[in-house]
Amino acid sequence: MEQPRRSLLRWLLGGGFSASIISFLYPAFRFMSPPEVPEASVNEVSAGKVQDLRLNQGRIVKFGSLPVLLIHTTAGEWRAFSAVCTHLNCTVQYRESSSQIWCACHNGLYNLNGQVVSGPPPRPLDQYSVHVRGDEVVISRRA
Amino acid sequence: MAEVTEPSKTSTWFEERLGLASMRKFLAHKTVPVHAGTMWYYFGGITLFLFVIQVLTGTLLLLYYRPSPGEAYESVQFIMTRVQFGWLVRSIHSWSANLMILAAFVHMFSVVFLRAFRRPRELTWISGIALLGLALGFGFSGYLLPWNTVSYFATKVGTDMAAAVPGVGHYIARFLRGGDDVGGATLTRFFGFHVAVLPGLTTLLLLGHLALVQKHGMSAPRWAEEERERKGMPLPQMAFFPNFFLRELMAWYAALGVLGTLAALFPWELGVKADPFAPAPAGIRPEWYFLAPFYTLKLIPSHVWVFEGELVGLFGFGLLALWWVALPFWAVDRKGVERTRWVTGAGVLLLAYLTTFSALGYWR
Repeated sequence: MEQPRRSLLRWLLGGGFSASIISFLYPAFRFMSPPEVPEASVNEVSAGKVQDLRLNQGRIVKFGSLPVLLIHTTAGEWRAFSAVCTHLNCTVQYRESSSQIWCACHNGLYNLNGQVVSGPPPRPLDQYSVHVRGDEVVISRRA
Repeated sequence: MAEVTEPSKTSTWFEERLGLASMRKFLAHKTVPVHAGTMWYYFGGITLFLFVIQVLTGTLLLLYYRPSPGEAYESVQFIMTRVQFGWLVRSIHSWSANLMILAAFVHMFSVVFLRAFRRPRELTWISGIALLGLALGFGFSGYLLPWNTVSYFATKVGTDMAAAVPGVGHYIARFLRGGDDVGGATLTRFFGFHVAVLPGLTTLLLLGHLALVQKHGMSAPRWAEEERERKGMPLPQMAFFPNFFLRELMAWYAALGVLGTLAALFPWELGVKADPFAPAPAGIRPEWYFLAPFYTLKLIPSHVWVFEGELVGLFGFGLLALWWVALPFWAVDRKGVERTRWVTGAGVLLLAYLTTFSALGYWR
């Protein structure tokens, strides 16, 4: 009779102790994981006037909380891509000398279609649509 | 007949309460082996000394630093331009961080080449490697705090590497960033890691590491013991206190001299304030101790067979770290015979990889 009572007590004490540890750790663990903050969905932004960006130039534009690279090509076309490198999240830039998109962090190169030319990026850049309304350049998400 | 001096009332009072005699007795028995490689024993102490400098200067910086994207850069600028000796305190903190990591690497490689990780010191080795990992964590988290362009992109790359871990990567990256991308929440978190979490963990682990060093004593290399055995003499020993301790103090003084010179002649720069909507600047690179993995990631192509290059890189770094932590276990074969050449070869290879790739990462 002594042994079962002892093991029951040990089980109750051990179980209670473990449960209390878990009850302390669980809220702490949940506290540390950041809450999902819903952001207002942005589908279209104005990127300024046509004359603000000369031929063979690029500029980063705020698209909600995301950086988008707007390019005015030498041929006069407008292109826009996500400015976040698909390799390790750095922000890319337009290289006027080679008319390519370049990531300075690990030397990734993309062409003007967002396709990887060389370096470590595993995927092409996401492309956005660009429209010119009057003299205003508008960037929008692709359907 | 020698005159016996009576202990003073003050020393008796402290003796009753602290029992210092036992500590003196303990110190009197502790010895350090003397051989051609004795100088390498000082680097553990130098690392500890630089850690203390970090705690002291970090505490001073805390008086002015403000951990928010709108104020962090400006507060460091304020420290460097308006606060008296602020530039020096920050410069010492930054230089000391780098020298501490350098001293820790020297200490680690000296342990490898002197084979000080041998049984029963496996846990001392593992706790030491964990401390080096925490030191790198200090470097990574502290790097972001001035909120400049270089540190912003280094944190983006570093946390995105964590995101590449299959399955749990997304959660780890969100935990580190405090959200989906590097921003104000990341800065607050990194500040918390840097001034509370990491110092707490480091102090605990450091106490354990030092306790293990005390328990097992200083390891003498096999070659030094064998050389003495051939001559039929025991390996000479030096009393830890005061002989080794005073020499260690001199080493600390030299380290302080180097630190002060570097901090005064080459003040640590602040750089340009981080702009999340600016492209990564040309020539961007991390701190020297992350240059080898940085350059490796540059070389790995976008895909290796069917896997993404960054995943392959991450897997490789993970395997390398595991293999290195397990060093004391594969350094002996099943019969207990030491694999001396393997260990030396591994140490030389790792050292060659780190130095070559760091140099290439710096210059290319």
